[in-house]
Amino acid sequence: MIRAQQNVQVITLIIDGAPVGARTDETILDVAKQNNIFIPTLCHLEGLSVIGACRLCLVEVKGLNRLLPACVTRVQEGMEVTTISERLTRYRRWILELLFSERNHVCAVCVANGFCELQSLAEKLGMDHVRIPYRHPKFAVDATHDRFVSDNNRCILCGRCVRVCGEVEGAHTLDFMGRGILSRVVSDLDQPWGESVTCTRCSKCVQVCPTGAIMEKGRTFAEKFERRGFLPYLTTMREEQS
Amino acid sequence: MSFTTNLEDLIHVRERVQTELAGRKHRIHVCVAAGCLSSGSADVLAALKKTIQERGLESTCLVKGVGCMGPCAGGPLVCIEPEGIYYAQVQPSDAEEIVEKLDREPVARLQMSTDEPFFTRQKKIVLENCGRIDPEEIDDYIAAKGYHALYKTLATMTPSEVIAEVVKSGLRGRGGAGYPTGLKWTTVAKTGKQQKYVICNADEGDPGAFMDRSILESDPHRVLEGMAIAAYAVGADQGYIYIRAEYPLAIERLRKAIKQAEQGTFLGKNIMGTTFSFHVELRLGAGAYVCGEETALIASIEGGRGTPRPRPPYPAESGLFGRSTLINNVETLANIAPIIRYGGEWYSQIGTAQSKGTKVFALAGKVKNTGLIEVPMGATLKEIIFDIGGGIPDGKKLKAVQTGGPTGGCIPEDKIDMPVDYESLAQVGSIMGSGGMIVIDETSSMVDVARYFMEFSVSESCGKCVPCRVGTSQMHDILSRVLKGEATEHDLAILEELCDVIKNTSLCGLGQSAPNPVLSTLRYFRKEYESYLRPAEQAAANNHGGVQ
Repeated sequence: MIRAQQNVQVITLIIDGAPVGARTDETILDVAKQNNIFIPTLCHLEGLSVIGACRLCLVEVKGLNRLLPACVTRVQEGMEVTTISERLTRYRRWILELLFSERNHVCAVCVANGFCELQSLAEKLGMDHVRIPYRHPKFAVDATHDRFVSDNNRCILCGRCVRVCGEVEGAHTLDFMGRGILSRVVSDLDQPWGESVTCTRCSKCVQVCPTGAIMEKGRTFAEKFERRGFLPYLTTMREEQS
Repeated sequence: MSFTTNLEDLIHVRERVQTELAGRKHRIHVCVAAGCLSSGSADVLAALKKTIQERGLESTCLVKGVGCMGPCAGGPLVCIEPEGIYYAQVQPSDAEEIVEKLDREPVARLQMSTDEPFFTRQKKIVLENCGRIDPEEIDDYIAAKGYHALYKTLATMTPSEVIAEVVKSGLRGRGGAGYPTGLKWTTVAKTGKQQKYVICNADEGDPGAFMDRSILESDPHRVLEGMAIAAYAVGADQGYIYIRAEYPLAIERLRKAIKQAEQGTFLGKNIMGTTFSFHVELRLGAGAYVCGEETALIASIEGGRGTPRPRPPYPAESGLFGRSTLINNVETLANIAPIIRYGGEWYSQIGTAQSKGTKVFALAGKVKNTGLIEVPMGATLKEIIFDIGGGIPDGKKLKAVQTGGPTGGCIPEDKIDMPVDYESLAQVGSIMGSGGMIVIDETSSMVDVARYFMEFSVSESCGKCVPCRVGTSQMHDILSRVLKGEATEHDLAILEELCDVIKNTSLCGLGQSAPNPVLSTLRYFRKEYESYLRPAEQAAANNHGGVQ
C-alpha cells in the first residue's frame, strides 16, 4: 500500500497495447489486476507496504531505458506499459532460478507443495531447470514455538511475515538479521521463537508466507493450506478512515 | 573565537590571524590527518613543539597541526612556510635538525622536490585549505576566507540567486552519479514551504578511497559552510551529516567544528544575526556500504534497517521522515563556498563542456605517489598516473586503472589518453564514482581483481532484492571457479548473462553497478579469462575464435 495522494485524477494509459482507465494514486500492478493482466509477484501482498524487492513485477515503460517495478510505480497519463516480452520473461526466469538456487527448495518434501507461490510461479513461467549451482545452505530449523515452525531453508526473504508482524499485528516479533546472502528471518533478537515474549501467536506470518518457510505444527508434506479468507481481511482492516 | 554578525567581524578575525602570522618568521606545518597520524606524525608534532619551546623560539616560529597535504605515501609530512619546503618521512628525532636549519639551507635528506608535477599540475579548489589551516581552529578557516561565502549569501543574495549561481557553475554530484547539483537544489526548493532537511553524505565506503575523509579531517568548516548555504537556498532548517563510525578522527573534528561554528553563529539559531536558522547534527553509520545510497542512508537516519527503497519518489519529494530532503556528498558541498565566493561563471570555466570544476582522486595501488590529488575535470588518465602519480614503481608496466570504487570498471592501458570526466568514463564502461583510483600493474590478474570487487559486493549487498543478493554471490562463485581453472566456456556465458540480469533488475545503484568490474574486465581482458578455462575448453574457445 502506498501513502494516500492528494489531488487524485482519473487518467488513461496503455497496458500491453490496450487503453485502460486508472486513478493517479494507483500503481501499474493495481491497474493490471483490475484488467486481468497477469504480472508475477512474490514480495507484494495486498494490505502490506510495498517494497519492490523481488523484482519479478518489473515491466517496460515506453521511453524509459530502465525497467520499473509495477508494484510501486504509479500510473501516469499516456504511459505505455509492456508487461510481457521476451526480455522480461528471460529476467523473470532468471530471478526464479536465482531464488531456487539460493536455499533448499525441495518441493517433494515440502509442507507447501501444491500451495507454494514460488512453485506455481515457476510452473507458470516455464522455469523447468536451474542453470546455476544450488548453494545448499544449512540453516537451523526453529521449532521451539508450540504452534509454528520457521525454516529459513525454504525462505525467499520476501519480507511478508516481517511486514505483517510489524505493520498489521504490531508485534514486530519477526525481522531480518544479517545482510546479503546471509540474511535470514529471526524472531526478536535472534532468540528461539518459542521464547519470544512479543509473539502474539496470531499466525498471520503463516498465512502470508508464500512458501513453506513458516508453517503450522502438525502439518506434513503438502498439507500447508493458507486460509485464503484471511487475506482480504488484511486490506479491509487497513483501509484509511476518511 | 568571537561572536560574528557581519563582514567586519570576519575581516577582523582574518586580520588578527594574519598579523599573528606575520610576526612569525617560520611556520612549521605538520600533517595530522589520518594517513600521517598512522605513520606517527603526532610524535613529530610534539617533538617539534618541544624543540621550539626549548630553544625559546615560540615568538618567531609557529608549529601547528594541519590537514592532509596530499603526498600521503611520504608521511609523516612536514612543511615549512613561507618557504614552501616539504619534508617527507620525518621522525621525531629529526626535529632538532629541522629547527636547527630553519634559517639556513633545508635538510636535504628529508626534502621533497616541489617542482615535480605532483605539486605543479594540480588545481586545488576543494583542497585549497588542506594542509594549510589547522582543522581544529575556526579562526584559521575564517582567515582563509572561510564563512565569507555564507555571509555573502545571507547578506546579499536571495535563495533563488544562490541556486542560480550553483546552476551556472555546472557543478555535478561528486558522490558518483554526477547528477547536476543545481537541478537537485531547484527541485528541493520548489517543493514549497514545509519542513525540509539537508543531509551531507559522508558514508564514504569504497575500498582505497579517502577523499571525503581527508576533507572532513583537514577542513571540516568548509563542509558546514556548504551545508548552511544549501539549507538557505532550499529552505531547510535542520541538517544531518551521515558519517561512518570508522572515521573517528573526522567525527571528532566535525563535532569540534560544529561547536565552534555554533559559538560563532555560523550555525544554529539566527545565523550571523539574520532570521535564518540551521542546525546540524551528526549521525554515525554502523558499517554498511549500502548506506551511502541515499534512500538506505535515510532509512538508517530514521533508525531503520539500512536498505534502499525504489525511487521515485526521490528524496527531494519524500525523503527523511517523509519530508523533502536534499542529499549531497561531502565533496559536492565542499565546492559550494568557492562557487559563491568567486561566482558560478568562474567555476564553469574549469573542466570540460559537460563536467565542470575539479575532482579529487585518491590515488592508490601500484603507483609511486599514492595520495590525495585534485585535478581539473578532463585531465587524462595518463597525466594523473604518470605525471602526478609518478608512474608505476619497480619498472613494471601499467595494466589497467580501476575507477569508481568496487562497482566501477577497469580501464585498460591503451585507453589512458582518455580524459577523466563523467561521460568519457561511462563510455569505456566505468564510472566516476566518488573518486577512488586504483592503479593495477602487469603482475595482477584481472580475473582476480574482478573477483575481489565482486567479493566486496557480495558482503555489502543488503539482501533486499533477489538479483543483487543471490546474483552477486553466484557471480563470485563462478569467478572463483575460473581462477581455480575449473570453469568452462558455458560458465563464462552464464557469467555474462548474470551481469545483464543483475545490472537491469536490481533495486538500487549498488546492484545495478555491481557487475561493472566483471563486465569491463570481460570486455578488455577476455583472453585472460579464457586462459583460465579447462584445457579442453580453451581449445574449443580458440576454434570458435572466442565466445561471442
